[in-house]
Amino acid sequence: MRVVFKLFASLADFLPAGRRGNLVEIEADPGSTVGDLITRYQVPEKKAHLVLVNGHYIAPAGRATHVLQEGDEVAIWPPIAGG
Amino acid sequence: MGWNRKVLRVNLTEGTCKAEPLNMQWADEYLGSRGLATKYLVSEIDPMVDPLAPENKMIMSTGPLTGTMASTGGRYTVVTKGPLTGAIACSNSGGFFGAEMKFAGWDMIIFEGRSPKPVYLYVENDKAELKDAADLWGKSCWETEESIKHRLQDPLVRVSSIGAAGENQVLFACIVNDLHRAAGRSGVGAVMGSKNLKAVALRGTKGVSGIKDMKAFMKITTEKKKVLADNAVTGEGLPKYGTQVLMNVINEMGALPTRNHKDVQFESAGKISAEAMHEKRPTDGKPQLVTNAACFGCTIACGRIAEIDKSHFTVVNNPKYWGASGGLEYEAAWALGAANGVGDLEALQYANLLCNEQGMDPISFGATIGAVMELYEMGVLTKEQLGIDAPFGSAEALARLTEMTALGEGFGKEIGQGSKRLCAKYGHPGLSMTVKGQEFPAYDARGIQGMGLAYATSNRGACHLRGYTVASEVLGIPVKTDPLVTEGKPELVKAFQDATAVFDAAGICVFTSFAWTLADVQPQIEAACEGDWSMEKLNAMGERIWNMERLFNNAAGLTNKDDDLPPRLKTEPAKVGPAKGLVSGVEKMLPEYYALRGWTPEGKPTAETLERLGL
Ligand code: SF4
Repeated sequence: MRVVFKLFASLADFLPAGRRGNLVEIEADPGSTVGDLITRYQVPEKKAHLVLVNGHYIAPAGRATHVLQEGDEVAIWPPIAGG
Repeated sequence: MGWNRKVLRVNLTEGTCKAEPLNMQWADEYLGSRGLATKYLVSEIDPMVDPLAPENKMIMSTGPLTGTMASTGGRYTVVTKGPLTGAIACSNSGGFFGAEMKFAGWDMIIFEGRSPKPVYLYVENDKAELKDAADLWGKSCWETEESIKHRLQDPLVRVSSIGAAGENQVLFACIVNDLHRAAGRSGVGAVMGSKNLKAVALRGTKGVSGIKDMKAFMKITTEKKKVLADNAVTGEGLPKYGTQVLMNVINEMGALPTRNHKDVQFESAGKISAEAMHEKRPTDGKPQLVTNAACFGCTIACGRIAEIDKSHFTVVNNPKYWGASGGLEYEAAWALGAANGVGDLEALQYANLLCNEQGMDPISFGATIGAVMELYEMGVLTKEQLGIDAPFGSAEALARLTEMTALGEGFGKEIGQGSKRLCAKYGHPGLSMTVKGQEFPAYDARGIQGMGLAYATSNRGACHLRGYTVASEVLGIPVKTDPLVTEGKPELVKAFQDATAVFDAAGICVFTSFAWTLADVQPQIEAACEGDWSMEKLNAMGERIWNMERLFNNAAGLTNKDDDLPPRLKTEPAKVGPAKGLVSGVEKMLPEYYALRGWTPEGKPTAETLERLGL
């Protein structure tokens, strides 16, 4: 299934080839979780600070169990803040 | 003691400068800066005063930690009655000006009256005098700072000034210090302009004296700096990406107000984000961002220094904008960009530079342009009136309207009145995205519900820095809450509002609160200031400051009707994203908020509440 994978700020370096800006469309196995993606692209666990799927927050404890659906957009940031 | 115990009172009508002792009883109850200056203001002016009349006063104030070695201890506050809102105005700025006031031996400067001719105030330690500013009137903030330094032959003088916007009494004019730091919101620059006060120049060589327990203070401030350095947000995220990193976050969440809040996601958010500022441009191979920068004593350094693309249409014939200067922060990039549908990063930086140069709040200005563009698209405003076609997304219109507003040309004069007056004049008051007449910052109240309540109840009109629940609802600081629900938000908003008032009163930057809680600030205040500064006392003080501001607003004629959001946010659901189908639940949250505050259903503090807080 196709999933849109987005890595922002300093995490952009972990995006695979073929990226457009901060996103890349990837093929993932059905049943893949957010955690699987983080592992597959070797995003350091500590740096994957803020994880959103389709804009919804996924708590650290839910990453291993949150199963992705076709067309989902996964976005990840390192520790950041603003004002 | 933390304080210099000295106030400078400047009567502009009479042309006098007098020293007086700081009211130490008030200092014990309100600490400093926002708290203490507001106490002075509300004790000295009639709440019904016309903000631009000589009878209004304007106070520049430091806190006890300003100028000390506490991290971010460089802040100062401008407190007055705001012309944009008719409410209390309290604008906070970093840079180096606040610390210099302390080094010159003063805690605050109170300006009263109106000078018969343009003047600037020069303070050199104990010496204070008003000087003629006839030749400075008409100059930008940048030229004013340079001229004063040149005239005084002192490059170390610290200057706060108004540009053309403040002189013309643009209702969202700000006061700019150190070239690109500003007391930005609520139109404090217009008040300064109404007083014929062009600038304040400070030179202090005394350093900070009178810390209660110097050894303990050095130890605790060093310890707390380590907390900031070790925290991934304040030690890494903010210095590297600045506040601008939120652009993509808030867009993904469907909470990025776009095209005057018609939409909640901006298709060009990526092009105006922190990531875009880091990217090399095809034109010159350089990124817009040059480096980060810090205010006085700050160990976070979130500031942006940027260089515009010299070949961009806005500056190609104008080399004065080519150098490195203050860059886009998140709020400015949003207001000048997403709020208008403009996705041209260089055009945003141009507008940002003009805001710094001529002293305008980019949030209120940019958001007002959003309203102008919507009125243009509806055919209510025309090219003939505006002097340019102004559909959403037009970088040309943004650039031109910025120039016109900053310099008070043509339709720019009407834009300078802010969106509330403008939309009312053209028969569409509901299109003004404001609370109490002040424009929203960069978070949509439908996608981040707590912020809707924070905006509605902010004492200075719509504002993110009075109760930044984004920290919790988006970033999980101190705990993660669900941005889409209203449950628990009244309590969250109140807690943020009260704690922020203490950070502000201390003279430190509220961005420390991404790593520090009040429990980290308390021992720093305790070591610096005489008296008892327990957590209990500080908590009560935050609440006291909030209620004092509220009492002023109530006396100025504001009511619970002013704690409201524009109809769009209550009736037009978000079209996409996580908040799809949602409107703001502000009406549901307000009664609970009033009850938690100990206010009547009409939003008035009860007698018990006032007594409990010693008001
Ligand atoms: S965190 Fe940013 S705004 Fe705050 S004092 Fe430091 S540089 Fe200035």
